[in-house]
Amino acid sequence: MYKVAIIGAGVIGAMIARELSKYDIGVCILEKENDVAMGTTRANSAIVHAGFDAIPGSLKARFNVRGSNLMEKVAGELGVKYKKNGSLVIGFNDSDRAVLQELFERGNRNGVKDLELICGERLREIEPNISKSAICALYAPTGAIICPYELTIAAVGNAMDNGADLKLGYEVEKIKKTACGYELISGEKKICAEYVINAAGLHSDKIAAMAGDTSFTITPRRGEYILLDKECGNLIRKTVFRTPSEMGKGILVTPTVDGNLLLGPTSENIDDKEDRSTTAEGFSKIIGEARGNIKEIPLNKAITSFCGLRAVGNTGDFIINSPACGFINVAGIESPGLTSAPAIAEYVVEMLRDMGADLIEKKDFNPHRKPMHYFREASIEEKNEIIKKDRAFGKIICRCEEVTEGEILEALRTNPKARDLDGVKRRTRAQMGRCQGGFCSPHIVRLIARELGIKYEEVTKSGGESKINLRKTKGGERI
Amino acid sequence: MTDLVIIGGGPAGMSAAIAAYEAGIRDILIIERDDSLGGILRQCIHNGFGLHKFGEELTGPEYALRYEERVRKLNIPFKTDTMVLDITPDKVITATNSDEGIFKIEAKAIILAMGCRERPKGALNIPGTRPSGIYSAGTAQKYVNMEGYMPGEEIVILGSGDIGLIMARRMTLEGAKVKLVCELMPYSSGLARNIEQCLNDFDIPLKLSHTVVEIHGKDRVEGVTIARVDDNKKPIKETYEYIPCDTLLLSVGLIPENELTKKLGIKLNNITGGAEVDENRETSLPGVFACGNVLHVHDLVDFVSEEAETAGRAAAEYINGVKASENIVEITTDGNIRYTVPQRISGKNDVNVFFRVGKAARNVKINIYDGEKPILSKKKVRVAPGEMESIAISADIVSRAKSLHFCMEE
Ligand SMILES: Cc1cc2nc3c(=O)[nH]c(=O)nc-3n(C[C@H](O)[C@H](O)[C@H](O)COP(=O)(O)OP(=O)(O)OC[C@H]3O[C@@H](n4cnc5c(N)ncnc54)[C@H](O)[C@@H]3O)c2cc1C
Repeated sequence: MYKVAIIGAGVIGAMIARELSKYDIGVCILEKENDVAMGTTRANSAIVHAGFDAIPGSLKARFNVRGSNLMEKVAGELGVKYKKNGSLVIGFNDSDRAVLQELFERGNRNGVKDLELICGERLREIEPNISKSAICALYAPTGAIICPYELTIAAVGNAMDNGADLKLGYEVEKIKKTACGYELISGEKKICAEYVINAAGLHSDKIAAMAGDTSFTITPRRGEYILLDKECGNLIRKTVFRTPSEMGKGILVTPTVDGNLLLGPTSENIDDKEDRSTTAEGFSKIIGEARGNIKEIPLNKAITSFCGLRAVGNTGDFIINSPACGFINVAGIESPGLTSAPAIAEYVVEMLRDMGADLIEKKDFNPHRKPMHYFREASIEEKNEIIKKDRAFGKIICRCEEVTEGEILEALRTNPKARDLDGVKRRTRAQMGRCQGGFCSPHIVRLIARELGIKYEEVTKSGGESKINLRKTKGGERI
Repeated sequence: MTDLVIIGGGPAGMSAAIAAYEAGIRDILIIERDDSLGGILRQCIHNGFGLHKFGEELTGPEYALRYEERVRKLNIPFKTDTMVLDITPDKVITATNSDEGIFKIEAKAIILAMGCRERPKGALNIPGTRPSGIYSAGTAQKYVNMEGYMPGEEIVILGSGDIGLIMARRMTLEGAKVKLVCELMPYSSGLARNIEQCLNDFDIPLKLSHTVVEIHGKDRVEGVTIARVDDNKKPIKETYEYIPCDTLLLSVGLIPENELTKKLGIKLNNITGGAEVDENRETSLPGVFACGNVLHVHDLVDFVSEEAETAGRAAAEYINGVKASENIVEITTDGNIRYTVPQRISGKNDVNVFFRVGKAARNVKINIYDGEKPILSKKKVRVAPGEMESIAISADIVSRAKSLHFCMEE
């Protein structure tokens, strides 16, 4: 019996779990996938928005600005890369200029600091590579970039280090109200908790309905991206948005914290909450529009494309409420949800307190987690010290990203432990480089099989039926 | 200070080391990142290697073993499980392994022999999902031949590069069903021999001017949509066809692995993806040589070994203080000849210039001009982009020329 069960290990569930692990209560995170951060959190623009977009007075506005203020500290504690690179919203004509003025005022009302309306010359000083036809911009120095799945992995890991449990492959299918709380049922298994937090992202309407709340619906909205090689990461420094129009927010161009260049997203409502396919139309839209943001985009340096799904609620704002005793919805968390996550987590803990949950602070809560990429960032001397203690750090497995066996083993042994190829990729960057795992994946499969104590052919790309190998060859296994 | 450091212990690295040794150099070090010497040949268990070099048909591992045995016999030092992380233009190499940690070596001369890698799927941006079951042909080859596992049962192959063709046969022999091979171009970039022996002998259809336009499946590949392309390589909607399969193998070309070369600031050639070299395989940085697939992608390992021997001998001369020739003649090409290696020659000796054509043709002439003046012409009955060609040029011709322009003409 847990005090609190959180359904969904996206950035929202993760940050709530971490916040709750500060208190002396039993917390469990239930996640249907084989790893954390597999939903909306896996693929998005990875921007810590400054907060000039949201309508003043909305939950979005409130949590965005507070989240943006908290993020640097949280990232520091969790050892997650965070870069305050600043954002630019660029305009091409007078009607854009009027919209930027409006955003500027809105931002000020929301409490965003240091906003500035700038024009041609200053714009080019800040961002020399900006499109020639841009004439004005809104500059938000507090805009930042972060890696969403790194943040989520670190937050869940830190929560686990502080006592929280994580159950992967646990898809909540039924919810039963009991005398002292709820039963969360998945197949033959069940987990009981006094309080339930619904952070199930795209599926949060389904989870709410299981608890009798049918007051909202979630629609998936597709967003496609193209990722360019690290060679292109320093083409621009700022995150470059276009002025929003009736057609939406348009395509943005941004460096990522890992030094790649990201272009996207498109925007298209779809029916299937699991359909993450990319489309030819998406590619051409991204390419066409991104060309307008910055001067030259070397599209031949594209290394991959991917698709994220926004969980769009039907209320226009975040849906954070308690429809039933001890049950909290944290739903419809579309952009700026990533940014808002630390603020939402604080708020949800206060809701629990108001509902009567007995929250006593732990004396030994440790807010810190070893940075996931500490080895990569170490000096040669420090690296050699580590290699002396553990030979595995001297052996490179992924040559493109220069990831060592030691780092891969650590990803398989550190909370929340990677259980498949993609899990190793997200934690170490192995397979993420130029060859996209061509050389190293057979080695990594071997390490996963060994660490998990499973057969070579049982190793998957990302859980479920995503096996890498189907059977032994006639000749059999390598000796 | 080490006389000669060779980066890469595949056939190129080993051949270069042996040639340098035979030319009198003793202070040599081969650095290889894999756990043993041999490079990509270790997973090429089919035969057809060594016909030119040894006059017999060897498998990949057998061919590599001949060189490895020679390296061991001559006691040429090598480090395996050791990866070079960096090289500076003053020839200081930073490498790492489990025994020594991260260490530096200074070299008098360096031979780059890092081989090539396959073009990954991301660069292709095929629409659809990203399930398990998409591999480059070489990765599948590693799973099957090195690890002993089958990555798929019902297979579609995109691209008719040699590794893809070899894997079509290999997976068929292992009991898988290879449904078809799609090739975007109207011709295959693979060797004619491989198309015959790996596809035709097993009734595997080769669909030229076809491509994969979408990948389907959630956890594992469930199928692909293929289509014929028009003259501009745009898929034709009316020809879309769904092919159920659990695996998509990509054999869409090889890229020389020149990340280290770039760090050295060496001039690369846009078309080969490798360094620009003279007939000694010396790059734009004196004392740094390149050979094998890191220089340009070869069809046959025999020619890799030959090229590496040239580089090895030249590195020995460099170490012994033999001055490079001052007289340099640049080679240029028309569009029909895509590239040559070397790209510049001195005319000190007779040289064999290797080249590839951009399209298949019959009964053509390879004409070489010095400015407007024709200076050499050679007939070729049949040329194809998949087959490397060569032409011998005498020192005499080169020493009298200002420049050499290679053309393929009717
Ligand atoms: C294209 C795009 C761009 C974006 N850009 C930004 C940006 O730049 N900045 C920003 O701040 N925000 C951005 N966002 C928004 C941000 O990504 C989301 O707000 C945030 O990731 C939502 O996190 P979540 O935890 O609510 O949802 P999710 O990450 O989807 O997590 C929900 C989890 O619940 C699990 N789950 C579902 N059902 C069950 C069940 N029955 N049992 C157990 N587990 C279940 C899912 O598997 C999933 O892991 C963007 C979103 C998109 C799609």
